[in-house]
Amino acid sequence: MRGAAMKLNKIVEDLSLEVKTGKNNLQGNVTGVYISDLLSDVMANSKEGNLWITLQTHLNIVAVAGLKNIAGIIIVGNRQLQEDVLQKAEAEKITVMSTPLPAFEVAGKLYQLLNQ
Amino acid sequence: MDLNINEIIEGSFQIIGGNFANAGEASMQMKSKLMEIGVHEAIVRRAAIATFEAEMNVIIYAAAGRLHYYISPDKITIKIDDMGPGIENIELAMQEGYSTAPDWVREMGWGAGMGLPNMKKNSDEFKIDSVVGEGTTIQMIINFS
Repeated sequence: MRGAAMKLNKIVEDLSLEVKTGKNNLQGNVTGVYISDLLSDVMANSKEGNLWITLQTHLNIVAVAGLKNIAGIIIVGNRQLQEDVLQKAEAEKITVMSTPLPAFEVAGKLYQLLNQ
Repeated sequence: MDLNINEIIEGSFQIIGGNFANAGEASMQMKSKLMEIGVHEAIVRRAAIATFEAEMNVIIYAAAGRLHYYISPDKITIKIDDMGPGIENIELAMQEGYSTAPDWVREMGWGAGMGLPNMKKNSDEFKIDSVVGEGTTIQMIINFS
């Protein structure tokens, strides 16, 4: 999905996302959103500067996000992240955010925000 | 395109099967090298995706493997050979959506049958050879222009 570019910190605020890592990288522009739990699909089809909505929480999400210059990962459904994942994300300057909302609701809110 | 490269740049990695924690190490290093010498972003992205998928296949299916890349002024060549089970039917394995990955790998969001197709799609030249019981060799070339 593509809409008007928006600053990540505005999205964090509006959706009350909990920022787990990369707290200093929230000034960047978000170019759109990609939703998938298949990592090869994200590699193939996400765009630079996209937010990535997923329920995957293992280490490989950090590498995929880094490789594709993803603006941030939103972990849905209140899934918890292991310490090693958080450390790697911090080291690679990947912003990881978390929310209790399910993917559908996060997507709905983002769709409205990016298309207003 | 004027690249900042005078000689071949090489990289070499050992990949251990099952070691998901190190996945992406080779592709990330290769990506920075390509960025450093000024390769166009879209081409760097293709090389990085193809290489990451190759790393994942070794990690998911093989006991171990080696990945080499060679960057010359006009292209990057990536070679991967593994000590894995081999692929019985390469034509089938190249079909999007076909996978022999176990359930626990699929639960991680891998094994969707997109790895080999993604590698081929992002390469200008793609060669795969496999012997059942011995392993698989892949060579990918991505041109810079």
